[in-house]
Amino acid sequence: MKTAQSRTLRIVNDLGLHARSAAKLAKLAGEAKGGVWIMKNGNTADATSMLDILTLACPAGTEIIVGIDDEADLNTLERIATLVRSGFGE
Amino acid sequence: MENQEHQEIILKGIGGSPGICIGKAYLVDKEGVDVVKKYVIREESRSAEVGRFKTAVKKSQTALRRIIENTPEELRQHTQILETHMLLLEDKMIYDRTIDVIEKERVNAEWALKKVVSLVKPIFENMSDDYLKQRAEDITHVSDRIMENLVGAEQVDIGRIDKRVILVARDLSPAETSQIQLERIKGFVTNRGSRASHTSIIARTLEIPAVLGLGNATLKIKNDDIIIVDGETGIVVVNPTEQTLLETEERREQYEIRKALMARKSHLPARTKDGVRISVMGNIELPEEVVSVLDHGGDGIGLYRTEFQYLSRPDFPTEEMLFDNYKGVIDVMGDRPVTIRTLDINGDKAVNYIRDSHELNPALGLRAIRYCLQKPDIFKTQLRAILRAAAFGEVRILVPMISGIEEVEQTIDLLDEVAQCLEKQGVAYKRDVPLGIMIEVPSAVVTADILAEKVDFFSIGTNDLIQYTLAIDRGNRHVAHLHQPLHPAILRMIKRTCDVGREKGIKTYMCGEMAGEPLFAPILLGLGVDELSMNPQAIPLVKNAVRSIDTGDLRDFMDVLMRRTTAEEVQVLVERHFGSVVSHIEPEQQES
Repeated sequence: MKTAQSRTLRIVNDLGLHARSAAKLAKLAGEAKGGVWIMKNGNTADATSMLDILTLACPAGTEIIVGIDDEADLNTLERIATLVRSGFGE
Repeated sequence: MENQEHQEIILKGIGGSPGICIGKAYLVDKEGVDVVKKYVIREESRSAEVGRFKTAVKKSQTALRRIIENTPEELRQHTQILETHMLLLEDKMIYDRTIDVIEKERVNAEWALKKVVSLVKPIFENMSDDYLKQRAEDITHVSDRIMENLVGAEQVDIGRIDKRVILVARDLSPAETSQIQLERIKGFVTNRGSRASHTSIIARTLEIPAVLGLGNATLKIKNDDIIIVDGETGIVVVNPTEQTLLETEERREQYEIRKALMARKSHLPARTKDGVRISVMGNIELPEEVVSVLDHGGDGIGLYRTEFQYLSRPDFPTEEMLFDNYKGVIDVMGDRPVTIRTLDINGDKAVNYIRDSHELNPALGLRAIRYCLQKPDIFKTQLRAILRAAAFGEVRILVPMISGIEEVEQTIDLLDEVAQCLEKQGVAYKRDVPLGIMIEVPSAVVTADILAEKVDFFSIGTNDLIQYTLAIDRGNRHVAHLHQPLHPAILRMIKRTCDVGREKGIKTYMCGEMAGEPLFAPILLGLGVDELSMNPQAIPLVKNAVRSIDTGDLRDFMDVLMRRTTAEEVQVLVERHFGSVVSHIEPEQQES
């Protein structure tokens, strides 16, 4: 898999990546044309699947890498980065 | 004319599933509800099956949406979980995967969903975080909801019938057959269908009498007509006379006695008329299927597919997890053999940790033993778990996709290495485990004499062997009809394997779909296959077929059969010789 662009981000909200925050992320990722992936400690999850994101088990403080396959989804990537940095608005 | 209506009419069709029943006719087009049953769907019904799943998900979403909207404002806090469920309904890990399973494995939506859920749920159940652990519950809720809509989707009439009836339909698709509620149905008759059709196979598995291929039964039979269905002779009697009813009752009683005998006998060994003992084993994928194998009288596990544990998680299972699973199966089977097939994954199965390997031609690509030998660490973990579990029962190791001797030698080296390591660590294990190989690549058949020197048994995997020998992708509907188990090339492949095995003193087993068809049993025995392994439901039928065969008679039959030049000719020949024999249930036979 070739990752066109990626961002390293830290989960800042207290609850970590739980169902609702994962759902928000998955919804955003779902708008992308190509693949969007979340990597944590060498494990990769499909960012468009809330369940797959949850399997990564990311409590507050976890460092994740969000990657996109298609350069065209750069905007989506930035929006995801903003969402994560804002602590999912919680 | 009034009289005419009640005259006895005899219709002749094909006996699709043995048994005799008398009851009121119930004409249907669509119907039913059932528990989760697994069945293969027809090639052409695949997209319809996917559609059925999608519809069920949509219905579930609509229902949830309504619940949320109808919740008073002040309680909206509590509907957050339902919002999560709304998203889960469409989550790739459930939605896309279920569709994938339907399409790739050609199974019904209910089973596909059940399978996917049983893959995804443990990931959460095994998490240390309590919050994430509870998500397993959400998955259950969501899948139950879809399942309800799947099963109840066409719940028109049959759900409301409170009398036991005989279904009369033009045709029943496998999906419809599965929806029949057993306790409500005595039997069924259809205009279309043949002995080899899926509907007939399912009826036999469900053990309800069926007569198929009647042509115009739906025109001749009216609702509430009294009909007799004799699934053995293929005869349906409409409006039977008193005399016919009496005679039928008598025959039905006899049949029930024989059936009870057969059920009892399914737990007895299968011996041919001349006393040759044939082991009839079960294939399993999930550990819990072991129970079904035992229920149906299986003599052991002839194929335990181990991919499941690998596909159900984001990372690789640990040795401990694998060991626990294998030991669980072995414990239940006691001293019966358990044949563990080593990992057969490929890019096609889209495991997320190898999803970057987009192979153009996965069937010919990096899969099974090729994959394992490239990833010795993953392979060794599994081999360790198998050798450890082997200390507790009768384990055999079966290696898939062997195409040459080097692969066997490397596997043996790894087994030795792993055993030495276990020895050093002082862990209980057993190295002296029979090692067999799947015969599914034509080169393995051709070099069987070379391979036999290094292995303890062969196991023929007919599905892949047919695919590779005839160059047929069964998933491609343009050529699927060319997937012919009775093709002379396949028969010769099997024969060569068995001949070499006999010459070299090793057994040849079969664990492909072909082994589960009772009609093929005489051919397979004639070719020299020593043991058959199949879906658990087929075990009693195949055992019964084995008992009807005299291997002494097979020699002449095989001489003629091997001279047939097309699959069709072979089919006709075997049907003529054994068609009635293998579906006939033998009365009491001395077994001791």
